[in-house]
Amino acid sequence: MATSKIDDPRVIEFDVRTDEMLINMGPQHPSTHGVLRLVLRTDGEVVSDVEPHLGYLHRCAEKIGENLTARQWIPYTDRMDYLAAMNMNLGWSLVIEKLLEYDLPERGRHLRVIISEMGRIASHLVAMGTYGLDLGSFTPFLYGFREREKILNLFEEACGARLTYSYLTPGGATADLPVGWTDKCRQFLNQFKEVIPELHTLLTTNSIFVSRTAGIGVMSAKMAVDYGCTGPVLRGSGVYHDLRFHGEERYTEMYEGYVFDVICADPETGKYPESNYEFHGDSLDYPEIPRQAILGDCWHRFYVRMLEVVQSVRLIEQAIEKYEATSGDWGTPIKLVQKLPAKEAYMETEAPRGQMGFYVVGNGDSIPWRVRARSSSFCNLSVTAPLCQGILLADIPAIVGSLDVVMGEIDR
Amino acid sequence: MADFINNIFGIGDSWVGYLIAALIAAVLILHVVAVGALLFIWMERKISGRIQDRLGPTRVGGKYGWLQTLADGIKLIAKEDITPDLADRFLFKIAPYVGLAASYAAFIALPFADGVVAQHVNTAVFFVLAVLGLEVFSVILAGYASGSKWSLFGAMREAAQVVSYEVPLGMCVVVPVMICGTMNLTTIGNMQAGLFTNWLVFNDPFTFLTAIIYFTCATAGVNRAPFDLAEAESELVAGFHTEYSGLRWSLFFMAEYSSMFVVSALASILFFGGSHGPIPVGQWIGETIGGTWGLNISRIIGVGNLLLKGLIGVTVMMWIRWTFPRLRIDQVMTMCLKYCVPLAALGFIGATTWQYLDLPTANSLVGNPRYEKHEMWTEGVEVTPAADASPASGIPDPEPHQEDKTANADSVTVKTLPVSVVKGGER
Repeated sequence: MATSKIDDPRVIEFDVRTDEMLINMGPQHPSTHGVLRLVLRTDGEVVSDVEPHLGYLHRCAEKIGENLTARQWIPYTDRMDYLAAMNMNLGWSLVIEKLLEYDLPERGRHLRVIISEMGRIASHLVAMGTYGLDLGSFTPFLYGFREREKILNLFEEACGARLTYSYLTPGGATADLPVGWTDKCRQFLNQFKEVIPELHTLLTTNSIFVSRTAGIGVMSAKMAVDYGCTGPVLRGSGVYHDLRFHGEERYTEMYEGYVFDVICADPETGKYPESNYEFHGDSLDYPEIPRQAILGDCWHRFYVRMLEVVQSVRLIEQAIEKYEATSGDWGTPIKLVQKLPAKEAYMETEAPRGQMGFYVVGNGDSIPWRVRARSSSFCNLSVTAPLCQGILLADIPAIVGSLDVVMGEIDR
Repeated sequence: MADFINNIFGIGDSWVGYLIAALIAAVLILHVVAVGALLFIWMERKISGRIQDRLGPTRVGGKYGWLQTLADGIKLIAKEDITPDLADRFLFKIAPYVGLAASYAAFIALPFADGVVAQHVNTAVFFVLAVLGLEVFSVILAGYASGSKWSLFGAMREAAQVVSYEVPLGMCVVVPVMICGTMNLTTIGNMQAGLFTNWLVFNDPFTFLTAIIYFTCATAGVNRAPFDLAEAESELVAGFHTEYSGLRWSLFFMAEYSSMFVVSALASILFFGGSHGPIPVGQWIGETIGGTWGLNISRIIGVGNLLLKGLIGVTVMMWIRWTFPRLRIDQVMTMCLKYCVPLAALGFIGATTWQYLDLPTANSLVGNPRYEKHEMWTEGVEVTPAADASPASGIPDPEPHQEDKTANADSVTVKTLPVSVVKGGER
């Protein structure tokens, strides 16, 4: 083995070689985010090879979708990415609307922006918190959950559920936002904006955190594109791509008239867009990029998520104003047994973890002939094996955590 | 104390007295270890709760949940004691006791106040460090004997980490020993009597640096976050105690918390004045009352001071644990070998030079003589008995030791008094 090619990253030079050991990390392991199983080939602390195994949470969601009507399948989308169930609802709703060529009224569009961006914040807060947990810091996790809890309270008020909402449906949403909800939401945002710098202090700029994440798991832009990575994982590598800007028209017109930045470092300069978003008179400054960080490493992926939260806050604030300014219908949910035309439709949306695509083929019946989901976490996870070669054991949680995979979405 | 007991029973110089004296001391220390662990675990829960914006235990034992640990202890005792099939049964079972015994034994030489020590050891500093170092065996044994790969990883990390950190830890401890010229913890503590300017941490900039490095290395030495690699939850499941359950598992925790207290108490004796408060209130009260009672009252205040300082040290460790992420193994080793060892060496050289050149200390700047050995320690009833055994060469003023000897000579009257609670060094 020692005589093999030198540029093979799995070959590590040692003064003393010891026996290799195969270890199962997961499916029951604190830092594999659910039931991911990684088979590690280790030589002491050094991991030469990692092989992810999937399928422990496979629930035949797609097949079930081929036996249910479009609205009946909504709860199953909740259970895919259970940390961003609203965004899953949105993805499915949009693809059915595309199939039915249904156009949403203005008010419903703003409602969806509010709800899906809130979902993004909640999801990124969990990603942030569990990433801290992966690196051995317990406190940011609870800080993240504390804020997420407030979002869940708001969601509960809107739809009655705290985790699996089934709120956004094809044709709009199951109900309009309750009276006074927007004020509470505004209150939350004002409070939340002051918490963001706290989270930056605890993690983003913490020197131990930086030394654990900066320069670890570096993924080039080419590699990210090649492996089909999307979402913050792609943007963390410096690829300027966000479906809210670059997506299908049916999706981007939802964000028409909104001002926000795509959080992505310029690969030339390595700089992120200027924080031109103001609150309390001060601009919400982004913390500086540490010296050790390389574009595409774990730190950048984490940083992109943290900054996206700010952009989501910005979007929600605009959306609330627009929502309040427009009157009228928020959309009519389609019938439970809505007949689907004999056509096919595919649509990708920008979920918190990346591009979540749904594909549906109708055959004139209310039950779709084919349902398929393209999961972002699945593609993001596929970079685990190439990234985790010749690293230390403690880097595995750092890398896998920075990809922020949700097994429910991968296995479906 | 042994003599005192023998005197009561009138059995001369019998082994019975020594046995009873040893038992009393052992039971007292066991209380410090066990009750201390109960308190510390409760404290950890409350402190982490406060840090994390939650309440911590609130139900068991009244409003503040202070019986929570006890309830958990009962639960742990009631749990099944599982030994995995692959485990080396004997080593697996004995490992937690080794750890607990090591951290418990370290208390033997730890003076809680002047004279309040289970056994006077002239090389107490050395003894405490050496015995605490044995704790690593329990982790290595546990990890090796568990028959689990994750446990083995924990043991490997522990072996690498703790053994490395012994080096800078030892170098830091040498500084106060060098300044005081003795390895006797009681003497080191007593030499810092008086105002807080007399504490060794304020002696010169280098001792200040050494104190910080000592605390860092001590945190690493007792496996506390951010150096808790041996039980790194997110990487190694639970590290060396993955396979443990029930009481054996809790023994690891008792050992961890008691060694946390030992290193904090050691820090306070070596650098932060030991049993002497920042303002010598206890000393003043003791002198005002005078005699045996005065001495005892000042001792009790001294014990309180030391416990408080130890608690502060433990609290800081908890604060650090709940704030920082964990370091990686290579970073831990880098920190030890690239930063702690050179800095500890710098502290040692600097402090030596400072002593040699006789540069001003914080104490001399406020106008006090350096290491004022207070009247109380040299005259009459109580002595620092070890001083005559280890000729303290570094002390500028050798006279007190002469007085020590004379005081020791007529301390026969003292021995009959029922005041020397856990006094050592007289037999």
